Order: sequence, then structure tokens, then C-alpha cells
Amino acid sequence: MASSKRRDAAFESVSGEEVAPLYTPDDLAGLDYQRDLGYPGEFPYTRGVRHNMYRGRLWTMRQFSGFGAPEDSNRRYKFLLAHGQTGLSVAFDLPTIMGYDSDHERAEGEVGVCGVAIDTLRDMETLFDGIPLDKVSTSMTINAPAAVLLSMYICVGEKQGVASTALRGTIQNDLLKEYIAQKSWIFPPRPSLRIITDIMSYCAREVPQWNTISISGYHIREAGSTALQELAFTLADGFAYVEAGIAAGMDVDEFAPRLSYFFNSHMDFFEEIAKFRAARRIWARGMREKYGAKDPRSWLLRFHTQTAGCSLTAQQPFNNIVRTALEALAGVLGGTQSLHTNSMDETLALPSEQAVHVALRTQQVIAHESGVPNVTDPLGGSYYVEALTDRMEKGCLEYFEKIDALGGVVAAIERGFFQREIARAAFQYQRALEERRRIVVGVNDLVDEGEEVKIDLLKIGPEVAERQKRALAAVKQERSASAVESALAGLRSAATGSDNLMPHFLACCRAYATEGEMIGVLREVFGEYREPPTYW
Amino acid sequence: MADRIRVLVAKPGLDGHDRGAKVVASALRDAGMEVIYTGLHQTPEMIVNAAVQEDVDVVAMSILSGAHMTMFPRVLELLREKGADDVVLTGGGIIPKEDMETLEGQGVDRLFGPGTDTRDIAAYIREAVAKKRGGR
Repeated sequence: MASSKRRDAAFESVSGEEVAPLYTPDDLAGLDYQRDLGYPGEFPYTRGVRHNMYRGRLWTMRQFSGFGAPEDSNRRYKFLLAHGQTGLSVAFDLPTIMGYDSDHERAEGEVGVCGVAIDTLRDMETLFDGIPLDKVSTSMTINAPAAVLLSMYICVGEKQGVASTALRGTIQNDLLKEYIAQKSWIFPPRPSLRIITDIMSYCAREVPQWNTISISGYHIREAGSTALQELAFTLADGFAYVEAGIAAGMDVDEFAPRLSYFFNSHMDFFEEIAKFRAARRIWARGMREKYGAKDPRSWLLRFHTQTAGCSLTAQQPFNNIVRTALEALAGVLGGTQSLHTNSMDETLALPSEQAVHVALRTQQVIAHESGVPNVTDPLGGSYYVEALTDRMEKGCLEYFEKIDALGGVVAAIERGFFQREIARAAFQYQRALEERRRIVVGVNDLVDEGEEVKIDLLKIGPEVAERQKRALAAVKQERSASAVESALAGLRSAATGSDNLMPHFLACCRAYATEGEMIGVLREVFGEYREPPTYW
Repeated sequence: MADRIRVLVAKPGLDGHDRGAKVVASALRDAGMEVIYTGLHQTPEMIVNAAVQEDVDVVAMSILSGAHMTMFPRVLELLREKGADDVVLTGGGIIPKEDMETLEGQGVDRLFGPGTDTRDIAAYIREAVAKKRGGR
């Protein structure tokens, strides 16, 4: 090539993959349109899960939120619904996520801080007060205690007169990614998988519109993985759940249509789009060819997208609006079914009302002004995008082979394989920043000297914990202690044996047992997981 | 030559966001320090016990959960109770600037926010440890 002067930049993707200066038909040698792409809504769904995509229906705009006590979050949900949000997405606080009540010593300093505090059914009733559960779909970001929170949601439905068959939504319920990346586990992997298959089989019968697992790459990426690792590890988890369901005696088509995915959308625009397109193709092929699914709904990979929290900067935070817009656009071009756009202030605190408003409007601008949703998979056929999609698929299959060689996902977790791969990628990314091989505006270049950040931050004070503890004490006063005791005893005996746990969780919730009491019973039966601390 | 600097990298509280802690642990090791990483879900008591047992020069805590105003003062108090107040107590995470200033006013050493270069952290630790060792 002629020695034209080049920018002094890294011509590689965010994931560190080399990017060629130009893509041509040569990069697509061997691509067969019917086999590898097909039409949208048709196997292998590379171009999208529905034939008319966003012409038929826009993606669900779902801003993840929750903070403080249930009444605080209830107000925020009503604000978001009034401004055009079309689904709810509940963030729980860390004590709730880890199965501790607000009055537990380990909850100190954390009640209502990173999400909303939920201790009993009473809190859940307050959280959805005035929000009819047959009119919204609700996504709950909860994993180890997912069965408890889903049971509470079903009970709120009962109280509102909404049958469980009419409830629509998602629980994250993806414990494998907890061990791999997010690290909010309670029990060891094997009993966790049992709880998950209990939920899958209960919901297949009683809550048929519920997505029982949202198989999540989001946290894997936030923990520092590359795009390819996110794709490969997440899909490996998905297939592991399929195997667990089959091993628990279910027919694959009985539960697979209710599995959905949750991906991250990071800054490398085309790499992200290729990741989403490859994900659909790999899932469809795997489900049909390896797991013998016959129902086309089992072949479809539907996914929620969240823009990358880890791409946002504390410096020059207004730039985060632009980053989020680009990432959201990649999600839409990748064919997402649902989208959360991060707020500009999230590197500093939970989003303020103004910040979340701009974030939601960002989605609406893409939806209504950009013209992008008018055409299905508009980048299909791009030499670059198709070559990247192929490369993603190939790299993913290579990772599957490595995981199989280690004995499968659970064995690979126990051997620290995923954790080490991710820690190494995170460290390499940090090195790239510090050596300025990669530029982040406002952080390692284009820095505003003496920058003073002035944006409103939402703060959660200690009075939230006090309020929450008083509410919990009041519920404990009012409820029947003997009813709680007998419901918990039922849960214990089911956990020790092999009965489906869901009816027992429901009985405990109806008796106003606390989340901590229910999880406490399971901690005694199943034990707790401890991770050997490693870094790369 | 001075002894190698010993650093306890700790993740207090319930959150599992350990990316920063691990990156800092790797970077400090590469900068020639001895690093002990506690792993996740540590209480202040567990952290201070480990710090005393391992006889570290530095405790570096990574907190992204918003619980920093509970965790840092508690660890500081426990270090003082154990007579380990020559330990440098530093850390980072999502901590608003005014909270950093409040904590520094209470006697916590310097805290670092998102976007920090790990070489700055290593340089600060070298300097702070030299100062404390010099004052022994």
C-alpha cells in the first residue's frame, strides 16, 4: 500500500480485534444467503426475529430503576410510565439481591442504595400500588432469590385480581453469570440450577407469558470481557440451561420459548451489531440442530439490551449522553426487542430524574426521528458487518470447544476459567488506556483541566433504612407467627426433598414471611457458595 | 533497600463489582508490590483482621455500592482500635467528590475515582508508605 500518512491510532476494535482498512466481497467468500442470513423472521434469524421488525412494533423502552423504599420507587415508575416508558424494570438493593432483610447486620449502609429494598409481600404491594399488572410487563433484575420475588409478584397479581396466566415480564434468574461475573450468588451452582428448573417448570404451566431466565451477557461485559467473550460465555450459559431443563425431565420446547437474553451494547458500533446478529444465528442453529427443538419459538433468540455502564465516564459526564445514543443505535440496528439507555450521571450515582428523562428521550429520538426502524436489518449485506458476524460466530464456537474440554460450564466456573479470562481482558483494556493505545474522551485525552463536575446527584440517606426497618417490624407484628412457621417448614421439607419449590415460596409470601427468612431456610439446606479469590 | 510494600486489596460489602479491585491488584503487583486480594463480600472486621494478620502497609478498598460512608469510617475505627493506625487506608470506586473530602477529613488517606491511571495509585502508595515508615 502507498505510504499515505496514517493517524496515530489503534485500528482495532474495543475488544482488541484487528480491523482491516476496507472490506470487499472477498471477505464474504462462502457466505450463502439462505443458509447464513435468511429473511427476517426465518431461520437462522440472523436478520431479526420478526419479518417486519420495528414496523410492526418498536422495541420496549425499559429504563431499569429502583431506589430507596418501595414508595420512592413506585413514584419513579409512575413518572416513567407517564413519560412514555412501556415496561418496568426493577432494580433491587444489594441486601434484597443477597437474601438479607433490611434489619440484617450485613444490610448496614446498603438499604435502598443501589435499588429498592423489598423484605415482604407488603413491600411488593407498595411497589406496584396503582400499577395494574395486567397492563405492564415487568422485568426484575434478581437472581439468587428470583423465586421469592417472582412469588411476591404473583401474589400482588392475586390481590389485584390479575391471574398468573396474564402476568408478563422477566426475572433475570441467571445464576451461571453470577458465578462468572456479577458475583451476587448465595447458593452453590448445583442447587441454584435446581431452583431454576423448578421455576421453569412451574411457569410453563402457571405463568406461561413469563420469561423465566434472562440469560445475561451484560454483567460479563461490565466485568471486563471482550464482545466475543460476552457472546460466547452467555450463549454457553444459555445452552447449559437448556441441558439442565432437559436433564430435569422437560421437553425442550416446553421451556425454551420462554428463555430470553440480555446483552450489553458497548462503544464499538459495528462489533456490537455483529455480536447481536451472530447471537441469533448461533442460538437458532444450536437449538434446532444440537438440542432438537422443533418449535420455531425455541429457535428465536430474543434479547434486551442495556448500553454499557462501564463505557461511561465520571469526567465530562454530558458526553455520556452521546455515548449512550451510539450504543442504543447499535442495539436497534442489531434488532433488540427491548432497550435500556443509561443515564449520564451513572458513573457518579443513581440516575437523577432529569438524567433518566434524557436517557429515555434518547431512545425516542432514535425511534421516531432517525428513520432507522423503518427498514429491517438495514446493515445486512454490508461487507464489514457480515464479515464481523462470521468472525464472531467462529470465535464463539471455538470458545464452546474450550468450555466442553473443561467439562462444561459449571466445571469451567469451578475451575475459574471464565473469571480468569475476563480479569485478563479487563487488565489488557486498562493497559490500552494507560498506554493511550485507546482514547477515551475526557479521560486519557481531550481532558478539561480543572474540570468541576456540576450535575444534580440523587442521594439515598440513612432515613430510608430506618423507614424500611420500621415497616418490616410492623409487618412482623401483624402477621400470624404460626402461619409463617408452618409455611417455612413446608419450604424446608421441599428443599430437602425434590418437590417443586415454587408453591412453597408462594405459601410463605402469602403468610408475609420475609425474604430473609425464606432464603435463610435455603441457606441452611443448600449451604453458601464461596469463590476462591483470584485476579489475573 | 526498603521492604516490599504489602497491600491488602479488599472488596467490602455485598456488591460483586470486582473489576476495579482486580485491575488494581494486578497493576500494583506489576508495580512490584506484594498484593493480597481478599475476594468478595468482606465485612470491615474481616478486612481489618486480615490487614493485621498479614501485617500490610496499605489497605485499599474498592466500593461501588454507595456504602462507602459506612465502610471507610468503620475500617478506620477498627484499625485504630487494633493499634494499626500506621496502615495507609486508601481506595476507590464510585464515590462523589464531597464524600471523598469528608472521608479524608476523618483521616482516610487519598481516594481515587473512576478513570484513574493505576500508575498514579502506585505512585501515591509508594509516597504515602514512605511517609508513614519514615515517621515510625
